Amino acid sequence: MEYLNIVFQETYKILFLLLPVLVSVAMIVWLDRRVWAFVQKRRGPNVVGPFGLLQSLADALKYIFKEIIIPASSNKVIFILAPIITMTLALTAWAVIPFSESNVLANINVGILYIFAVSSLGVYGIIMGGWASNSKYPFLGAIRSAAQMVSYEVSIGIIIINVLLCVGSLNLNDIVLAQQSMWFIIPLFPMFVIFFISALAETNRPPFDLPEAEAELVAGYQTEYSGMMYAMFWLGEYANILLMCALGSILFLGGWLSPIALYPFNLIPGAIWLIFKILFLFILFALVKAIVPRYRYDQLMRLGWKIFLPLSLTYVVLTASFLFYFNLLPTI
Amino acid sequence: MIAHAIFFYFFSVIAVISAIMVTVSKNTVHSVFFLILDFISISCLFIMIGAEFLGMIMLIVYVGAVAVLFLFVVMMLNVAQQKNQWFISKESSGHIPVGLVISVIIFFELIIVIGGWKHKPELFNPTNLSITKELTNTHSLGQVLYTDYIHVFQISGMILLIAMIGAIVLTFRQREGVKKQSYLKQISRERTEGVEVLEVASNKGVKIDD
Repeated sequence: MEYLNIVFQETYKILFLLLPVLVSVAMIVWLDRRVWAFVQKRRGPNVVGPFGLLQSLADALKYIFKEIIIPASSNKVIFILAPIITMTLALTAWAVIPFSESNVLANINVGILYIFAVSSLGVYGIIMGGWASNSKYPFLGAIRSAAQMVSYEVSIGIIIINVLLCVGSLNLNDIVLAQQSMWFIIPLFPMFVIFFISALAETNRPPFDLPEAEAELVAGYQTEYSGMMYAMFWLGEYANILLMCALGSILFLGGWLSPIALYPFNLIPGAIWLIFKILFLFILFALVKAIVPRYRYDQLMRLGWKIFLPLSLTYVVLTASFLFYFNLLPTI
Repeated sequence: MIAHAIFFYFFSVIAVISAIMVTVSKNTVHSVFFLILDFISISCLFIMIGAEFLGMIMLIVYVGAVAVLFLFVVMMLNVAQQKNQWFISKESSGHIPVGLVISVIIFFELIIVIGGWKHKPELFNPTNLSITKELTNTHSLGQVLYTDYIHVFQISGMILLIAMIGAIVLTFRQREGVKKQSYLKQISRERTEGVEVLEVASNKGVKIDD
């Protein structure tokens, strides 16, 4: 009976986290298209519902009723597993995101490592999809994407080390609480910029969307997918983008802390602040998509390995020596 | 405790079955996927005994990086057909005794280590490590690696670095006739080098290549 109680409570909590995430993923797709359109002086989706807000819902309905086509020469089990894995992983990572000091589904000690691990698993959805399709373009797209994600994970990992040096804990709540006096974006601003660019590459967003570069690879690893399975890839991708925005705001923008710790701002719950910060980062993502042209593949690899990796490593040394010299290293 | 046992058996059964499937499955790519499943369930087991740092590092390093490289190699080389040929052809049977000998050796090594740890605990004396119960295992691992054994750790890091450089040097070869892009040239190109504005007299035209 006690077990059942725990199970029901946790399920209730998970649903309470999952539904808002899914709804916000749908909304964020609309926002993305809208920002993109405004930059290009178009209107974007504005027909379905007020301001076109229900456009994503209509799209989802269309995807659900479309037929799922599985290519005859594909590896069927893996072909079906791939979008499921992508979406599941993108949603599981949300379990450790703190929305306020107490409002977190799983307050684990190694929260940041968990997010890092889950996002590094995300590459499997893409490789599996590309390989199982048994066709040229998906395979090329999958290989590109896997190489890209693995290389940019390295620099993201080292940037995270920078933050962890200042915090002294891997718990996401501790990371947020360590920023009470100063957000880490101020001392670690270069790292924030590199994190932002690496996050773009990690989530296959433009200007690093080479895995699905339509001019060369049709749609990359998604070429053979249709209907709901395509929509799941899509949902997983956007959930990952939101996750990266959340990670950025927790690591550098103070998470659920209010920007000014004074009376009228303190009343606003932390979750609202976190959502504002995520939205801010996401609008930056969307603007980059509209403004910057696509990178060439060798440029992308060079940027990751020859520029970001040495820069962030140097910054680790700088941060560590600064903290050591001024006796600011966090104690356990 | 029952829930703990259920989860333990769940993960360990998956780990054992997928480990068997790695060797049994005909398709090489499938065996790599089973290997990944094995890694994941073992990291879940690590987390269950409270070694959450090890579990996460296992996920990041093995599943996130090493297995991706495995997958790459297997997919690119198309080992699937070769593997089938090994089983069919006669001369391949030479592999099996060697493999058996190696696996027997590994098995006995495991028995020695685990038996010794069980019956002669004084052989493995971990008490000189400064591990306290209050610290999380991430903190205590850090203390052991970076404070107590910093020199050994640095030396092993150097050895790995040398191995890495050695591997690159051994496999690197300069190929002739490959055109490379020079980034410096591409970036430092100015507008004046690429564009030229000319006054074109009508009916005369210009010669571009002059």
